[in-house]
Amino acid sequence: MREPILRTAALSVGYSGHVVIDGVELALVPGRITTLIGPNGAGKSTILKTLIRQLRPVSGKVLLDEKDVAVLGERELAKSVAAVLTARPRPELMTCADVVSTGRYPYTGRLGILSQRDRQVVREAMELVHVTELESLDFNRISDGQRQRVLLARAICQEPRVLVMDEPTSFLDIRHKLDFLCLLRQLAREKALAVVLSLHELDLAQRFSDMVLCVRAGRMDRIGTPEEIFQGDYITRLYGVEHGCYDALLGGVESERVTGRPEIFVVGGGGSGIPLYRRLQRLGIPFAAGVLPENDADVPIARALAGELITSPPFEPVGAEGVTRALELSARCRGVICTVERFGAVNQANRALVEAAEARGALLSPDAPELASET
Amino acid sequence: MDEKRKLRCTVCFLLLAALLAVLLVVNVMAGSARLELGEVVRILLNREGDNAAIIWGIRLPRLLTAALLGGALSVSGFLLQTFFANPIAGPFVLGISSSAKLVVALTMIFSLAHGLAVSSLTMVLAAFLGAMLSMGAILLVSARLRSMSLLIVCGVMIGYICSAITDIVVTFASDSNIVNLHNWSLGSFSGREWGDVRIEAVVVLAALVLAFLLSKPMGAYQLGESYARNMGVNVTRFRVELILLSSVLSACVTAFAGPISFVGIAVPHLMKTLFRTARPILMIPACFLGGAVFCLLCDLIARTLFAPTELSISSVTAVFGVPVVIWMLLKRQRSKEGEA
Repeated sequence: MREPILRTAALSVGYSGHVVIDGVELALVPGRITTLIGPNGAGKSTILKTLIRQLRPVSGKVLLDEKDVAVLGERELAKSVAAVLTARPRPELMTCADVVSTGRYPYTGRLGILSQRDRQVVREAMELVHVTELESLDFNRISDGQRQRVLLARAICQEPRVLVMDEPTSFLDIRHKLDFLCLLRQLAREKALAVVLSLHELDLAQRFSDMVLCVRAGRMDRIGTPEEIFQGDYITRLYGVEHGCYDALLGGVESERVTGRPEIFVVGGGGSGIPLYRRLQRLGIPFAAGVLPENDADVPIARALAGELITSPPFEPVGAEGVTRALELSARCRGVICTVERFGAVNQANRALVEAAEARGALLSPDAPELASET
Repeated sequence: MDEKRKLRCTVCFLLLAALLAVLLVVNVMAGSARLELGEVVRILLNREGDNAAIIWGIRLPRLLTAALLGGALSVSGFLLQTFFANPIAGPFVLGISSSAKLVVALTMIFSLAHGLAVSSLTMVLAAFLGAMLSMGAILLVSARLRSMSLLIVCGVMIGYICSAITDIVVTFASDSNIVNLHNWSLGSFSGREWGDVRIEAVVVLAALVLAFLLSKPMGAYQLGESYARNMGVNVTRFRVELILLSSVLSACVTAFAGPISFVGIAVPHLMKTLFRTARPILMIPACFLGGAVFCLLCDLIARTLFAPTELSISSVTAVFGVPVVIWMLLKRQRSKEGEA
């Protein structure tokens, strides 16, 4: 592992002497993306502001190349650490190129006149983040996605080694979120930038971070690779999710399960049941699902939403016990819905289940009017 | 694009310079004693002739005062607008002019009552003290209030209080001084002597140069305080410098010409529209020239429109300045709606 450029030492951050987070441990390494996650108000911004010296540490230090940033000159710090902040600047009569070139501030002379080299850096930064065509547009008249990229180009113009970003993808649509983070990945790699950012999009944090820091209720709760952080129900606990849940492996949310005696029994599998589980949840109909092999794509969603779920060991025919339970359970439901089209060799138990339902006239089609009328 | 911008700025500067030259000449010629251009040139070159006293003693100091102080007001407005990130901030709206006026009035009355002569330097210092007082009050308020419109309301209120106290003081001042004080408290470029002009020139030009040297951090500050800080601006020091400079400029104006309204808001806006940029490095000289042109024009109107009766300069600047301010507010509202 390479040496960190920026690290913290026994750092406590907060406002005017009042500690918000104690024991902030952070080491930013070139080429790596470090992401801060945690609930609203946990103090992610407070940490980031302290790193860029917009807040004084309550105690401890932020070290840039092992030197305390508190003693660095403004210019020196600006040449090493650049930021994209949550503040949304609304400069008057400034083109995007004007905004980007303000990043040359620490390099220009007394009057801030751009040299040939400054202009070249600005041009290259704009090309790198693909905003060259916005050059002469008014900064106040571009979209949120474009604005974030222009601000990123501005930060790159400072030729920093550390890039600090506070929720850079909020307000962006999904395409621009992905574009922005892919760009960041590329920048981190090509320019050996140490990147630290806060994100609310957990799925993106999981996929784009090298290191994840979890901030909760006044402390750094966990630090680890995405693989270490996004597992089990840790994220659900980190955010104190009460209604619904977060699937750490798939990176998706499910809303709250409908409780009550199951009315519908769903025979799904291979992902075919997922839309129906979600529809039943929306309609407020409690349901049961089964029999699903434990490795089936339906299982995580069914587990989150179904009142009862019957599973069987993967790659094996469903055992007798599972079949009996499923038959009993489905018999107590007012309807059975089957979303699979073909039953494979190890799935004959489910065929029997569906045939039994058909025999007693309880087999419903997935778009049966009974489902809708229940609301 | 860059070439086009440069061309535009050059043309605008030349235009302003030409307007300034024309207005300077017209201001010398026009007045109750109408002078021919030839005579003016002769008198300026030889300093003698029948009307030499009018030109050298009255008109030149007056027009130089109008040009210098007009420029100072606009630059002061531009600095305050940058500081507060608010286009309607200005020395008059924030109550700075009025509180400078109050302290100057108190100083004058106190000195006259004790039989002391008031030197122009004392006036400037008194005005600066007044400006700093209301600036301090505004800063205290702005630390608590994030809302810019409330800040402006506070400024206007401070202005009213100071004007009211000044009026009361003037009402009870001893008779002999009232006329003098009354004219001044309405705002006028008249009655300046060469000694005053010298002090005006030194103070205004020095502040102008210093403001120009601040144009780089000002440009960064236009992106907001946090970005400026990240770019390496020492924000605390910068803010102090900006406040001191804008206060010195508006104090100097108030000391010599009384409170003059709307120049500080209208001229920077006109210049931004004309130059199509808000870059401080261009706007500071542009505002200075523009303010000089604006005030020379307003002063010309003030003293010639109903001659021999002279209008107060503030009445004229308000008549021309207010429509500009309203136009600006409407335009901003429209552009905001356009974005939404």
